[in-house]
Amino acid sequence: MDQHHTDEQKFRFQGTGRDLQKKLLTGWYDRLESAADDGRKVAYLFVPGNVAEFLRVFDFELVFPEVNALQCGVRKISGDLILKAEDIGYSPDVCGYVKNDIGMMLAGNTGPSGHKLPKPDLLLCTYCGCTTFIKWFEALAHFYDVPLVMLDVPYMRSGELGKDDRDYITAQLKELIPLCEKITGKKFDHDKLKTIVGHSREAEEIWVQMLHAAKHRPSPFDAYFEAVFFMAPIYVLRGLPECTGYYREAMKEIDERIEHGVGPIPEEKVRVVIEGPPPWPHFRAFWEMLKKWGVCSVASSYSKVGGFWDHGFRHDPDRPLESIAEYCLTCYTNLSLPMRTDLLRKYAEEYSADAILIHSVKSCRSFSVGQADMRDQFTRVWDIPTLLVESDLADPRYFQAAQLRNRIDAFFESLEHKRLVQA
Amino acid sequence: MTFEEQLEEYQRIIGDVSFPTVKKWKEAHPAGKVVGMFPVYTPYELAHAAGMLPVGLYGAGGMVEIDHADSRIQSFVCSIARSTLELGLRELTKDFDVLWFTSICDVARNLSGVWETNFPKQAVRYIHYPQNMGSPAARTHYRAELRELVTMLEDAGGRKITDDAIRKSIALYNEQRRLCAEVYEIKRNAPWILSTYEAYVLIRVGTLMPVEDHIPILRSAIASIGERKRPPRDFVRVILEGSFCEQPPLELLKVLEESGCAIADDDLLLHTRWFTGEVPEDGDPLGALASAYIDTTRYSSVRHYGPRSRKAEFLKKIREQNVDGVIFAAPKFCEPALLDYVLFKDELEKAGIAYLGFEYEEKMGVFESIRTQAETFVESVMFFS
Ligand code: SF4
Ligand code: SF4
Repeated sequence: MDQHHTDEQKFRFQGTGRDLQKKLLTGWYDRLESAADDGRKVAYLFVPGNVAEFLRVFDFELVFPEVNALQCGVRKISGDLILKAEDIGYSPDVCGYVKNDIGMMLAGNTGPSGHKLPKPDLLLCTYCGCTTFIKWFEALAHFYDVPLVMLDVPYMRSGELGKDDRDYITAQLKELIPLCEKITGKKFDHDKLKTIVGHSREAEEIWVQMLHAAKHRPSPFDAYFEAVFFMAPIYVLRGLPECTGYYREAMKEIDERIEHGVGPIPEEKVRVVIEGPPPWPHFRAFWEMLKKWGVCSVASSYSKVGGFWDHGFRHDPDRPLESIAEYCLTCYTNLSLPMRTDLLRKYAEEYSADAILIHSVKSCRSFSVGQADMRDQFTRVWDIPTLLVESDLADPRYFQAAQLRNRIDAFFESLEHKRLVQA
Repeated sequence: MTFEEQLEEYQRIIGDVSFPTVKKWKEAHPAGKVVGMFPVYTPYELAHAAGMLPVGLYGAGGMVEIDHADSRIQSFVCSIARSTLELGLRELTKDFDVLWFTSICDVARNLSGVWETNFPKQAVRYIHYPQNMGSPAARTHYRAELRELVTMLEDAGGRKITDDAIRKSIALYNEQRRLCAEVYEIKRNAPWILSTYEAYVLIRVGTLMPVEDHIPILRSAIASIGERKRPPRDFVRVILEGSFCEQPPLELLKVLEESGCAIADDDLLLHTRWFTGEVPEDGDPLGALASAYIDTTRYSSVRHYGPRSRKAEFLKKIREQNVDGVIFAAPKFCEPALLDYVLFKDELEKAGIAYLGFEYEEKMGVFESIRTQAETFVESVMFFS
C-alpha cells in the first residue's frame, strides 16, 4: 500500500470539526435570513453567559452580535465597518466590536457571510461582567427602537457562588417569561426547557473531553487557534440536538489525532496558555508567528468567554433555571481579575505549559485593563515566563505586524536559550 | 477669611494629592478608619455610620506623573484610573483602610482587582449595583449587597453598626444633598453670581472631610453668595454632559465660562445630586437606600436606566433648564461617556439643539483649542439660532 493510502485510512476524520462547524453555522445563518418571512421571532443576546436554553423554549432565533463582529474580522471587512460607525460620531477609542456591529447595521445589516440579518424583536442584554455590553445594547435599542431587557448578573468577586446571586438571576428569568410569551405567542413549557437543557449537558460533556485532551503531549489540538472554531457550536447552537451531534463527530477527529500522536503543528516545542481574544483580522498571521517557534496553545481563557465547564459545571435538567443562572455567573467575562489570574496560573500547571501569552486587546478594556498586572504576578510571584503583546480584536489599525513579530521572536528565542542552558 | 479666600483654600486642598484633610483627621482619630470612594456614586452614609471617614477618590487631577501605574494597567485607559493607581503605588493612599469601587465600567471594575492584588492590607470591594431596575428582585438583591458592605465595615472597624446610626447618617447626607442642590439652584438662576467653577470647588472639598464639617461650610457659603453684588452678564446657557466620573481640569471649567457659557446643569460630582428626592430617615435604613437607588436616581451613563428612558430625562432636563445648547465633555478613553455621546447627539440633532463635543484628560496643559471651539460655539448659538 502506498503512503497516501495508509494516511487516508489512518486519518479519516481530519477536518470534520471545521467542515461540520461551517455547515452548521451556514444553516443557522440561513434560518436567520428567512426568519422574518416565516414570522419567526428573533432575540439578540451576548455570547458570555447566554441563556440560549431559556429562549429556545419560545423558539426564538438567536443572533449574537459578537459572533457577527468576529466573523467580519476574520473576513477582513471590520476595518471599513468600524469607519462607518466612526463617521456617525463613535470615538476611535471605543470597543471595536460595538463599532463593527453598528457599522454593519448602518450598511444594511448584511452579515459577514452575505446573509441578510433579521431585526431584533427582543434585545436581551445578559450583563455578564462587561459593562460595554450594556452600552452596546442601549445603542441597538436606540437605533432599532425595540425593547431592551436586562438580565442583571452580579459580578463574581470571590470564588464562591452566592445563593443570593443565583436566586436573583432565576427570579429575573421568571419575570421575563410573560414578555417572551407575548412576543412569540408561545407558552413557557417547563418540560421543553428540561429537554433543551439536557441536550446542552450532553454537548458539554464532550466539549470538556476535548479541552482536557490538550493535556496530552503533544496536544492533539490548539486550545486557542483551533478552539475558537470548535467552540462555536457550544456557544451559539447549545441546546439543539445538532450541537450534541457536532461534538460527537468532532471528538472523533481529536481522538484520531491522539491515537496517532499528532497535533496542530509538526513538532510541539513550547506549550503555552493564552489569555485574551484573538486579533481576528490577522488571525492567520498571528498564528503563523507562533507556529514558527513550535508553539501550541494547550489552554486559553478565550475559549471560556461564553461559559465554563472544564472545572465541573454542567447545565442540569433537574434544576434548569438555577443551572442557567450559575452558568451566567461563572463565564470567564464575569470573573474578577484575581480570579482570572488564578485560573490562568492553574491552567499553566494543569496543562504543563511553559509560558503564558497575553494578547491584550486595546479597545476591549474588559479584558485588557490589569493584564499588565497579571503579567507581573505570573513572572514575579510564580516565575512563569509571560509575554504580553498588544493589538486589537476588530480594528486592523492596531495590528503592527513587524513589532509583534519582533516581540514574539525575542521572547521565544530567549525561552529556547534558557532551556538549552538548563539542559 | 473672605468667601473668595476660602474658595482659594479649598482649591488648594483639592489639588494636594497628599490628602491633608485625611491626615489631619487620622491624627485626631488615631484608631479611625478611612474609606476611599471611587466615583460615581457610593453610599457614603454607611462609612459615616461606622464612624469612619469616607473620602472621594477622584484621581490626581494631573498633579502626579504616571510613572508606576503604567506597569500595572496599560495606557489605553482614562486618566482617573491610571492616576488613582499611581497615587496608591506612590503610597499616597496608605491612610485608606477600605476602598470601594462600583459597577460603573470595566475599567473601574478591573482597577478594583488590581488594587486587591497590589494592596493586600487594604480591604477592597467592588460593589454591584442593580442594572435591572424593572425587576422586583433587584431591590432585594441590592439590599443584600448593602448588608454585605455593612458587614465589611463592621469587620474593618471591629464594631457593630446599628440601624439607628445609619438613619442618622442618612439624615446628615440628606442635609448635605439639600444644600448642594441649593448651591446648584443659585448658579442655575444667576450664573454671574456663582460660577460652576466656584460651585465645584465648594462641593468637591466636601468629599475630603467629614460631612459634619462640610454642612456649615455650605451654609455659610450660601449666605456669602447671597451678599455678592455682581452685574448680570450675557451668557449662552448650556448643560455640561459626560464628566460624571473623571473630573475635568478646573481650568477647563474656567475656560468654558470665560468663553461665555453658563453651565446651568452638569454631571460633575454627581454623587451629591444622585438622588432626586430625600432618602427616608425612618424605617429600614438599608431598604431606604436600596429603594432610593432604584426609584429616585438621576440618569447617568454608568447605569442602565430602563424601564425609564434616559433620553427622555436628558431632553426633559434641557427643557426644564431652558438651555441653548449642550456641551459634551468626555474623558479620553471613557467608554460610557463616548458611547452615549452618539445617542445623545442624535437626539439633539433631531430636536435641532446645538451641541459641542470634545475630550479632556487630567494632564492637559493647553486649553486654547477648547477655548476657540467654545467661543465659536457661543457665537454660533448667539447669532444664528
Ligand atoms: S469590551 Fe470586550 S468584552 Fe466587552 S463587548 Fe467589547 S470586545 Fe466584548
Ligand atoms: S472615567 Fe469613564 S472609563 Fe474611566 S473609570 Fe470613570 S466611568 Fe470608567
